[in-house]
Amino acid sequence: MHLHKYEKIWLGFGVIALIIFLSVVGVSAFAQGHAPSSGHMTIDPEKVRETAPFDQPGLHKKEDGTYEVAMIALTFGYEPSKLQVPAGKEITFTLTSEDVVHSFSIIGTNVNMMAVPGQINHRTHTFKEPGSYLVICNEYCGSGHHFMSTEIEVVEQ
Amino acid sequence: MKTGEIAAEDRKVALFNLGFAYSAFLIGTLCGLLQVFIRNDALKLPEWLDYYQILTAHGLLLAIVFTTFFIFAFFQAGMSRTLGAFGPKVRLWNWVGFAVTALGTILVVVMVVAGQASVLYTFYAPLQAHGLFYVGLALFVIGTWIQGFSLVGHYAVWRRNHKGELSPLFAFMAIATIILWVIACLGVVATVLFQFIPWAFGWTSGINVELSRSLFWYFGHPLVYFWLLPAYMAWYVIVPKIIGGKVFSDSLARLSFVLFILFSIPVGFHHQLTEPGISSFWKFLQTVLTFMVIIPSLITAFSMFATFEIRGRELGGRGLFGWIRKLPWRDVRFTSIFIAMAFFIPGGAGGIINASFQMNEVIHNTLWVVGHFHITVGTPVAMTFFGLTFWLIPNLTGRRFTKSLQKLAFLQIATWSIGMLLMSTAQHLLGLLGAPRRTAYTGYAHDDALAWFDGLLTNHVTMAVGGSILFLSAVLLVFIVIQLWWLAPKADEQTYEAFPIAESDSSMTPRFLENWKIWIGIAFLLIALAYTIPLAEIIQHAPPGSGRFQTW
Repeated sequence: MHLHKYEKIWLGFGVIALIIFLSVVGVSAFAQGHAPSSGHMTIDPEKVRETAPFDQPGLHKKEDGTYEVAMIALTFGYEPSKLQVPAGKEITFTLTSEDVVHSFSIIGTNVNMMAVPGQINHRTHTFKEPGSYLVICNEYCGSGHHFMSTEIEVVEQ
Repeated sequence: MKTGEIAAEDRKVALFNLGFAYSAFLIGTLCGLLQVFIRNDALKLPEWLDYYQILTAHGLLLAIVFTTFFIFAFFQAGMSRTLGAFGPKVRLWNWVGFAVTALGTILVVVMVVAGQASVLYTFYAPLQAHGLFYVGLALFVIGTWIQGFSLVGHYAVWRRNHKGELSPLFAFMAIATIILWVIACLGVVATVLFQFIPWAFGWTSGINVELSRSLFWYFGHPLVYFWLLPAYMAWYVIVPKIIGGKVFSDSLARLSFVLFILFSIPVGFHHQLTEPGISSFWKFLQTVLTFMVIIPSLITAFSMFATFEIRGRELGGRGLFGWIRKLPWRDVRFTSIFIAMAFFIPGGAGGIINASFQMNEVIHNTLWVVGHFHITVGTPVAMTFFGLTFWLIPNLTGRRFTKSLQKLAFLQIATWSIGMLLMSTAQHLLGLLGAPRRTAYTGYAHDDALAWFDGLLTNHVTMAVGGSILFLSAVLLVFIVIQLWWLAPKADEQTYEAFPIAESDSSMTPRFLENWKIWIGIAFLLIALAYTIPLAEIIQHAPPGSGRFQTW
C-alpha cells in the first residue's frame, strides 16, 4: 500500500500524540490515583436499608481518621437529605440506588457518580473550600428528575 | 429524460425510506424546539404531554429513525447505481425489510405518544416501558437486518460475476457499514430479547441492570459509527466527483473503513466510566481501544484535504492556500458537506475528551455531551445527509434542483450552521459549569445553578435562540425536500441531476482488504478480549434482579 510522504508524517504525528495522551491518562489514573468512581460490591436493591453501611445513611468517621458518607439515591431525592461534612478531610462517598438509575454529582467538583441499583459505587474527595455545594441527579430517573437535588454543607473544623 | 442511472423499481424503495426519514425529521426537530423553550422556563406543556416524552421522541426520531432510514435509502440507491439493478429477490427483501423497520418504528412511536415509554432512547433498566415498546425496538433492528442482508446478497451476486475483482468503493463501504451494524446490534438484540421483553411482560421478576447497560453500550458506541460511516462514504466517494476530482487513495479509503469495523465496537465502556460493576482495568483497556479510531479518522482527514488541494491546484490555485479559493464554493452540494466536515474537527476533539477515562467525570451526563453529539451526529452527519438530499431526491424523482432551490439550500445550511454554533457552544460551556443533560427546567435554588441563566453564551436562553434557528432551518429543508420530490420542474438530459460517484483507482489496492473473513474474525477477537471477562464478572456477581419501575 502506497503512503504519501506527508501522510506518513501526519500519521506519525497522530500516533505519537495518541501515545502521549494515553500515557498521561494512564499515569494520572494508576500512579496518581485519579481514577473515575468505581466499585465491585453488589447489594440486594430491595434490602438497601437493611444492609451496611446504608442502614445508617450519612457521615461516619473511620478508624484511620478519614470519613465515609453512605448515600442512598432514590426517586426523587437522597438519603440523608441533609449532609454536613468537614473541609480538608478525605471523604469517601459510598453510593447505591434503591430504585432506578440515578447519579450523585456535586457541582463545582469532579465528583460525578452513577448510582446503579444492585451495585455500590465509591469516590473519594477532599473539599478544600467550605461552603454550600449543590448536588444534582444528572441521569434521567422519571417525572421528578429535575427536582432531584440536595446540598452539602462543608464546614471548617 | 435520462433514466438509465438507477432502475425505476429500485428508486421507489429508496424514496420510501427517504420519505420516512424526513417525516421523522420534521416531528423530531419540532420536539427539539419545544425542549429548548421548556429548559429556560419560557414554555409550559399541557397536562397530557410531558417533557421526557418529547425528549424520548426527539432522540429516537432524529438519532435512530431519521439516520437509519436515510442511510438505507442512500445505500439502496448507491448499490443499484454502482453494482447494477437489483434482482427480484433483492428487491423483494428490501421492501420486506423496509416494512418491518417501519412497523417497529410505528410501534415504538405509538408507545411513546401513549405515555407508556418515557424511558429516553437509552431505555435504561429498571425503568420499564410497555412490553410492546421493546417489541418495536426488536422489529426495527430485524427490519434493518433484512434490508442489510438483501444488500449483502446483491453484493454477493456481483462478486460471483466478477471473480478476482475488487468491488466498487461505494459498495465496499456500504458492506463494511452493514457488517459493523449487524455486529453492533448483537448487544442490543441480546438485552432486548433475553432481558427486557421477558421482564417487561412479567415472565421474569428481576433484571440485571449493569448487564443491560453494558450490552446497550456495546451497541451504543458502534451505533455512532453506523451514522458516521455513510457520511464518510459521501466524503470519500461523492464529494471528489462533485468538485471534479478523484478519490485520493483507494487503498487508504478501504483501510480506514476496515479499521472502523475493528475499533468502533470493543469500546462501549467509555460510556460507563463513572459507574460501578466494571473494574478500572477494563474501563482503561476500552479507553485505549477507543483511541485507536483516531488513526482512521486522521487518514480520512488527510485524504479529504489532499483531494481538495489536488483539485484546487488543478483549477489554478497557487501558493500555500490559494487552492482553497478555487474550490466550487457556489455549489451547495459541496459547501454543505465541507461545513459538515469543519464541524467534525471540534466534534472529534470533544469526543477524545469524553472518552479520556478520568476526564469523563468533568462532563459526564452534563449538557456538554448534548453539545458534543449535536456537532457530531447533529451536524457532520446530518448536514452531510442534507448535502446528499439536494441531488439524491431529484436524481430519484427525475426533477431539477433549480437555481432558486439552490439559493434556498444555501440559506438552509447557513441557518443550520449558525443555529448549531450558538446552541452547541452554549451547551458545551453550560456543561462545564455542571448543568445536567436530559433535564426539564432546572430551577435549583442555588447560586451555581442560577449562573446557568446568567452568561452571554453560558445561558439556556442562548441555547433556545440557537434551537429556534435550527427549527426554522429544518422547516426550510422539508420545504426543499417537498419541492424536489413533487413540484420542481422535470429534468431533461441536460439538466438531469446525476448520482456522483468519483473515480477510484484500485489497481494498487491489496486484495486482502476485501477479505471480510479476516476482518470479521479480528473484530470478534477484539470484542472477546475487551468484553468476555468483565461481562462474565457482571453475570457471576449479579445482585438480585431489579423490579419494574414506571416513575414518569
